[in-house]
Amino acid sequence: MEFFRGVNVNWLGWKWYFLAFSMIFSVAGIIKMSWYWTHTGTPIPLSIDFRGGTEVQVQFANRPDIDAIRKAIDAAGIKDSRIQTYGEPGQNEVLISLPEAANENSLDAGRQQVVDALHAHYNNPFSDTGVGVGAVGATVGKQLEQQATKAVLLSMAGMLVYLWFRFQLIYGVAAVVACFHDTLITVGAFALTGREISLTVIAAILTLVGYSMNDTIVVFDRIRENLRLSRREPLPDLVNRSINQTLSRTVLTSGLTFLTVLSLFVFGGQVLNGFSFALVIGILIGTYSSIAVAAPMLVAWQQWRAGKGKAVALPAARRSKA
Amino acid sequence: MKKDLKNKIALILAFLLVCLYGIFGIPQGVSGKALLGAVTKRIHLGLDLQGGVHLILQVQVAEAVSDETDSAVARVKDALKSGNFNYSQVYKPDPSKPELVQIEGTPATKASDVRSLLDEKFSGEYDVNAGSTDNSWTLTMKPLVEKSLEEKTVQQAIETIRDRVDQLGVSEPLIAPYSLGANQILVELPGVSDLDRVKAIIQSTARLEIHPVVGDGTGFSDEQAALASVNGVLPPDQEVLHGSGALATGSDSDKVYIIDRAPVVSGSDFRSADPSVNSNTGQRMVHFTLTDDAGNRFWDYTSANVGKYMAVVMGGRVREVAVIKEPIRDSGEIEGQFTEDEVTILSKMLRTGALPASLNFLEDRTVGASLGADSIREGVTAAIVGVLLVMVFMLVYYRSSGINADLALFLNLIILLGFMGYSGATLTLPGIAGVILTIGMGVDSNVLIFERIREEIRAGKVASAAVDQGFAHAWVTIVDTHVTTIVSAAILFLFGTGPVKGFAVTLTFGLLANLFTAVYVSRVIFEAHLNNLKPGEMVSI
Repeated sequence: MEFFRGVNVNWLGWKWYFLAFSMIFSVAGIIKMSWYWTHTGTPIPLSIDFRGGTEVQVQFANRPDIDAIRKAIDAAGIKDSRIQTYGEPGQNEVLISLPEAANENSLDAGRQQVVDALHAHYNNPFSDTGVGVGAVGATVGKQLEQQATKAVLLSMAGMLVYLWFRFQLIYGVAAVVACFHDTLITVGAFALTGREISLTVIAAILTLVGYSMNDTIVVFDRIRENLRLSRREPLPDLVNRSINQTLSRTVLTSGLTFLTVLSLFVFGGQVLNGFSFALVIGILIGTYSSIAVAAPMLVAWQQWRAGKGKAVALPAARRSKA
Repeated sequence: MKKDLKNKIALILAFLLVCLYGIFGIPQGVSGKALLGAVTKRIHLGLDLQGGVHLILQVQVAEAVSDETDSAVARVKDALKSGNFNYSQVYKPDPSKPELVQIEGTPATKASDVRSLLDEKFSGEYDVNAGSTDNSWTLTMKPLVEKSLEEKTVQQAIETIRDRVDQLGVSEPLIAPYSLGANQILVELPGVSDLDRVKAIIQSTARLEIHPVVGDGTGFSDEQAALASVNGVLPPDQEVLHGSGALATGSDSDKVYIIDRAPVVSGSDFRSADPSVNSNTGQRMVHFTLTDDAGNRFWDYTSANVGKYMAVVMGGRVREVAVIKEPIRDSGEIEGQFTEDEVTILSKMLRTGALPASLNFLEDRTVGASLGADSIREGVTAAIVGVLLVMVFMLVYYRSSGINADLALFLNLIILLGFMGYSGATLTLPGIAGVILTIGMGVDSNVLIFERIREEIRAGKVASAAVDQGFAHAWVTIVDTHVTTIVSAAILFLFGTGPVKGFAVTLTFGLLANLFTAVYVSRVIFEAHLNNLKPGEMVSI
């Protein structure tokens, strides 16, 4: 069975549409993020890992059903709570954590919210006076945040250097720009849909960066191989051809990986929702960016160089063998 | 050729066995339950996946304040000496009020000069007040300064605890400030089996200090004898400490010593510390090096005090009394009858730094998975469904070669889990994200190879040449994608913390497994397949 034989699409011809598409979503994301920033002090809604919050301890008369409790808390409009069993199994205690800005007043407010929600939607008696509450600070303090950001930026730089070494500087730059583009649009999607960013979402974003980079490199690799074989071919045609040649592989891999994360998104439950949402958007955009961002950027750069009378810099010129 | 192929297959199987051992160890039985038990022992799940202990600690910030004022006492003495003012005592009169320093016996006639000296040097952090008489003064730490010191102490304690609890940086504990303003810390650790040991490591102040010993190094048999030697009145800048009675051997174990309160060298002065063994006596020791600054101070002290004794104090007890034979600059050894555990813990404490204040455990409970058992179930089901879909698709699209891809995928997971089992890394949801990326790239590698082989077949090559060329071309791409991602994962591991690190670990393991299966194992299976082909027959792809 084969899907893509003799495909011949002029991808670069669509570059202005691609640019428009990317711009619309990037700008929309940025606008929503600026709105969030002015209204809440952070550009995107953050989870309890980043903000800290309120921990409410409840002891039930009968064995607590975590699923039902989660539904009860949700029904009361409390989003993104964390629910864990607490203490010995026989004690029937549950710890419910809410991301709230922790100050003296909101501790009690948070406690009351939980108590009300449980009374309204969950049928398991508990004593109101026995409900304990505590304030948890952010797990990801300023220092961790800074370290993580530094780590990610350094890893991008590392990839750029490696690609510079194996191809040419512009390839590294184009690939890294595509990754930034993907991250921006994904984070923008979180802002636009009002979803929270937690530590696991950060991991999902790292995954999509890796995935996008992978996809971009496959295309670049084919471009490099074709450049070695046919130096006379105009670059846009060659790039189109490279994309078409790898199209079969791209659609298959992306399709298969997409199916897996889609399954996770649909069936994986509410807690994993943020995580799988990031992956779903990320894989689509990661595949898109290799064709729509990285490749056109490469061609545009080379054409600009040619326009200025400089020789077209080709990785093939430097290497004699694969 | 056939023998070569057999060897390759044998190698792969051997490697597989090694990985299976990494996952299961040697299981008690082959029932589902026994296998599951074996796996959970080897592969550690994170807090989000299995839950663990929920500890709340109280930071004794008063101790940090006390340390700060101790050093203020020393600075006041220096300041008064340099100003040529006499004094009878500088001390802290009230142990329950560590923020108070009392100065007595300054010249009454020079009161205003003393005042301006104290103001100049200390009024930034302390309120300077005249005492009841013209020749006494009190220094009280400003409330704002005290508050900020307390907050800093809690933060420092958090960082130190994180270092201690997270050796490889892959166990991903949850450590956060708790309960506004009460100086408490929440620590959640996944699936801890030896809670007491962990609590001991967290709590251990292991404040290693070197103090001058008053008198000779023999010590006294008990506290009364020690006090008797100073006529019952101990100067406020000295204290009485017990020797460490913790160890069975050693006749010095229960002696009592009088030492100077102020240490010559303390926790932050140590640059590094490692366990070592005395080659002559076989005794365990800690070899340490000091920072440059501390080294200079130590040199000054030891040069001026040759022949006198110094005591190594750890955890409030005297561990060793040594005579200063010659000046020491910045490295030395601490000998004492240490157990192996003590030496390792001591070295770790010295390296990660002492806790700024001691910690009490207020609460100690078990807590369930933070992701919630329900969502883990849902996630696992969804993931299995997803992976099965992929495997079926590969069979349909690539026919017999699809088996190759499926086998490679399955092997990848086993090798990855094997690595995890051996390294003791913790698997958390971010780690699973790394696994997802690996699966994606694994599928990708196979697709790359197969598509290339199909291209070569279309170009008219025979089966073996097509497979050869397919692998040769795909190899370049696979190397590029994998090395790029490994470079990125390595940097994330080195510089990231917590979930970023966990992600990087599973990603790196997965990529290495991938390189092995996609190129070596896949190749071997194709070779076997090619061997069975009749001449002129094509591979099923």
